Amino acid sequence: MAIFSVPNIQVKGVSAAVPKQVEDNKDFELLTENERALFISTVGIRYRRVAPTGLTASDLCQSAAEKLLADLNWNREDVKILVFITQTPDYIIPNTSSLLQHKLGLSKNCIAFDVNLGCSGYVYGLSIVGSLLQNMPGGKALLLVGDISTTTISMQDKSTAPLFSDAGTATALEFSAGSEIHFNIQTDGKEFDDIIIPGGAYRNGFNEKQLAYTEYAKGISRNDLHMKLDGIKIFNFGLREVAPNIETLLSEKNIEKEDIDYFVFHQANLLMLESIRKKLKVASEKVPYSLHDYGNTSSATIPLTMVANLNGELKSGKLKLLLSGFGVGLSWGSAYLETENIICPQLIEI
Amino acid sequence: MIPTFSKLHVNMELEDFVKRFADCFHQTPLSGFKPETEFAKLEEWGSMMTLIVIGMIDADFGKTITSDDLKNATTIASLFEIVKSK
Repeated sequence: MAIFSVPNIQVKGVSAAVPKQVEDNKDFELLTENERALFISTVGIRYRRVAPTGLTASDLCQSAAEKLLADLNWNREDVKILVFITQTPDYIIPNTSSLLQHKLGLSKNCIAFDVNLGCSGYVYGLSIVGSLLQNMPGGKALLLVGDISTTTISMQDKSTAPLFSDAGTATALEFSAGSEIHFNIQTDGKEFDDIIIPGGAYRNGFNEKQLAYTEYAKGISRNDLHMKLDGIKIFNFGLREVAPNIETLLSEKNIEKEDIDYFVFHQANLLMLESIRKKLKVASEKVPYSLHDYGNTSSATIPLTMVANLNGELKSGKLKLLLSGFGVGLSWGSAYLETENIICPQLIEI
Repeated sequence: MIPTFSKLHVNMELEDFVKRFADCFHQTPLSGFKPETEFAKLEEWGSMMTLIVIGMIDADFGKTITSDDLKNATTIASLFEIVKSK
């Protein structure tokens, strides 16, 4: 396990943006009425936000960042780092972070790069940005995390279509002597194809055959440019790996579980998250869920849940937070951090 | 014939497993669950029920079962045997 601490870093603000367009899983035609009810009560997802054509993950992140920068009253010249974590970039080439650096009016003296990660991306992003920023006294950074996963799924695939939703988020971090964030990050590439879009990149370069739909089971049809998700394997992965990862971090860093105010999980599946919560023996009021209203927004679920569910407390108090992301890669990790009176604008709808 | 203690114990375990299995379901009546029940043929069985049963076995028995295990187990009793063998 990669257990480490990043000193002298503080989160100063978090914001999030979602598309206005709402899809209701009660209307999802590939499931029967009983199946829809069972899906909503078990997986926990009722509504999903869907980006219209032309609205990208970077657009959502840009809106979140503009609002955050304005509310922080930061001088944009002071932002020295921009990291964009997404699996749905604007282009294959170039890196979308360069476009965002320009659109946000940041200085040319700014590190900007993309990171291809999904469910674990927010925890990773905090560790990457924090590691860079700790060597820049006085420095400020933006971590932009978001995806438009609805563009990657087949609407004829009941194993993915009712799960995914779109969002973009922005997190402001600053050099701050004395503060510290702790991490435990893990990877298992052996299971890389449990969540995969097999075609369209460079291992299986695009060809017309990849557009042909295959019916894998009743209600599960997709082509090779769509996301495939092995639900049972991912469910077992979550049950097996997440709680030990968190327990190890807390134990290694001598953090008392009882002292943590909130455990903010990647919003994958209510049944899985409740199983993890029970394994950790954490009270339900300490585990906020946003997936009923916003679905699985991939890398964005953790900051989106912070904005949607913990907005008031983040703005006006001290919080001890345990964040945990897990999924595609397979990649998973947890982070422990403390916040105090951070900037947290209301959720933006575009 | 009076069952031996171990045989009785195993039967009780199976009975408990069938009950816990049945508790995962919402629409199928309790009378529909017996050790010999071919669960994949139940009208209520589907992908959601698969996750619920996997979650139950993980939480109550501390065992992980795969999609292959569920395909290989035709009845609740045979699923119980697979769980016990892990």
